[in-house]
Amino acid sequence: MENEKLLEVKNLQKFFKAGRKNTIKAVNGISFDIYKGETFGLVGESGCGKSTTGRTIIRLYEATGGEVKYKNESVHGKKSKEDMLKFNRKMQMIFQDPSSSLNPRMTVMDIIAEGIDIHNLAKNETERKNRVESLLETVGLNKEHATRFPHEFSGGQRQRIGIARALAVEPEFIIADEPISALDVSIQAQVVNLLKKLQREHNLTFLFIAHDLSMVKYISDRTGVMYYGNMVELADSDELYRNPLHPYTRSLLSAIPLPDPEYERGRKRFAYDPADYETDEEPEFREVKPDHWVRCTEKEFEQYQEQLNNK
Amino acid sequence: MSKLLEVKDLSVSFNTYSGEVQAVRGVSFDVEKGETLAIVGESGSGKSVTTKALMQLLPKPQGQIKSGEILFEGNDIANYSNKQMQKIRGKDMSMVFQDPMTSLNPTMKVGNQIMEGLIKHRNMARGEAKKKAIDLLEQVGIPHPVLRLNQYPHQFSGGMRQRAVVAIALACNPKVLIADEPTTALDVTIQAQILDLMKDIQRETDSAIVFITHDLGVVANVADRVAVMYAGKIVEIGKVDEIFYNPKHPYTWGLLGSMPTLDSEEEELFTIPGSPPDMLNPPKGDAFAPRNEFALEIDTKMEPPMFKVSDTHYAASWLLHKDAPKMEPPASVKRRMQGFASTDDKDGEK
Repeated sequence: MENEKLLEVKNLQKFFKAGRKNTIKAVNGISFDIYKGETFGLVGESGCGKSTTGRTIIRLYEATGGEVKYKNESVHGKKSKEDMLKFNRKMQMIFQDPSSSLNPRMTVMDIIAEGIDIHNLAKNETERKNRVESLLETVGLNKEHATRFPHEFSGGQRQRIGIARALAVEPEFIIADEPISALDVSIQAQVVNLLKKLQREHNLTFLFIAHDLSMVKYISDRTGVMYYGNMVELADSDELYRNPLHPYTRSLLSAIPLPDPEYERGRKRFAYDPADYETDEEPEFREVKPDHWVRCTEKEFEQYQEQLNNK
Repeated sequence: MSKLLEVKDLSVSFNTYSGEVQAVRGVSFDVEKGETLAIVGESGSGKSVTTKALMQLLPKPQGQIKSGEILFEGNDIANYSNKQMQKIRGKDMSMVFQDPMTSLNPTMKVGNQIMEGLIKHRNMARGEAKKKAIDLLEQVGIPHPVLRLNQYPHQFSGGMRQRAVVAIALACNPKVLIADEPTTALDVTIQAQILDLMKDIQRETDSAIVFITHDLGVVANVADRVAVMYAGKIVEIGKVDEIFYNPKHPYTWGLLGSMPTLDSEEEELFTIPGSPPDMLNPPKGDAFAPRNEFALEIDTKMEPPMFKVSDTHYAASWLLHKDAPKMEPPASVKRRMQGFASTDDKDGEK
């Protein structure tokens, strides 16, 4: 499982025009791989480009530069309708806001079956119905829910509908863009457990985008930290939380409030100011130790290595 | 100990087309000077409504205080007229709202919004108020306060806007600051800054803070005491250590268990099944019973009273009754309690 690359992102860029003169470099050249069967977590504060990255990978946005390869085939570039369909079936997305990502004028049945219809996965009406009903059961809803409209559901239930819709076309890879941020704590745990269960049962690969670091640590195998359009650190989740190297990662970790008063009283916060680390040299993404990448300059690179060796 | 704010058996209902929604059903708590009380609970548990009732900010005429007293420095403000409330609001009691985007007036300069309260409540002249506003902006950590004073909210970032809102709330040195999810809309790094800021200011002014949130991490950071709300009632209240290390109510267990900690291993998160009850027809007996795997038979019939765990710690669960069977809390909660048991011995409790 470890070795098979499902998705390769190479130097991906996405710029937005802001007015005639300015461009916003939302994603400014990031590279990473996602292996089959893993959950890759992407964290960062709002506006760092993590959602844009997710959306560009699935081609909701056209990339400005760079490449996204899914099973060695480029996602972007000129494609026939058939080719696009093929991709769309393998890659699906779960959105942050469960109320605005479901069409309020469609029944749950039609919302979930939309993908089934587009990809002609059901031969007749009964099969379509059966599929939707079994999907609803998979995500923990009842089949009676199929005839209802989205507004009749609670936030957690709506997110389950969104998950059922993503699963309808039997995808291999799901991009979950802050799927639990809008939900209550007790409901968050339900949805996270569901995602984990689905991953086990359907052998799914996840790109999990979030700003809740403790949840990301819990769900993902590897985690990437983004800061202003760049990936600043990438490592196994455990390694990243144990040995954060980049100052931004450290400041982010030091800011997470933990449900533990004892710990909170002794908390030392660490602020990150990029100006403190400014050099003339353009930092590069380097592998400090096997599978632990940090964006740093040559000098910092040596420091980090020393730091790790002394541990 | 001086009780600054005392809420006794407060009930709030909303009249809607489909009937009466009993948002808050008999809530009692008190806050002392210099203390932070955190109210936690899911959305719809009535925590925001409780605090809006304190400030008389409920939408009229649908929202009504059905019964109960709100004693502020000994005076019952529940029946104060709008005119009387205006003298308290923003002066003795002020509020920080969740969303800094919507709680500032977009057509007014930030400086004027801060000065408004100063001129109204403290009879300051404009020039004096302006000086104070600059101080306040500086105090909440906004760089270039003189320049910022003349800017509009849209020129501020989210974190800066929330700082400005905090500055407005603090302008008249309130005795009670009510913060309704002040950091929920912010990033963790900015959240940490705002929390530190509020704690610093509390230390300086000795004001009481009522802090509403659903993030238990934030609670652990700011609170002295914690009240857990469910379905319009306080189900458990106690000192922060008592709630986090010796929780007694199954709902508190659920909340604590459903949050992964940074060192939690590969185990399934403990979840509370189902979703909160419909407050149009609150269930009979213990409102949490249908979602509670530890529910006893009596839970469906009778509402549990507040059982005393210690002088400061109370919980409403039949499990605490002397005839109740012993229940094992989920593993993650048990781990928390181990730490507490040892500190218990030190205090020589019981």
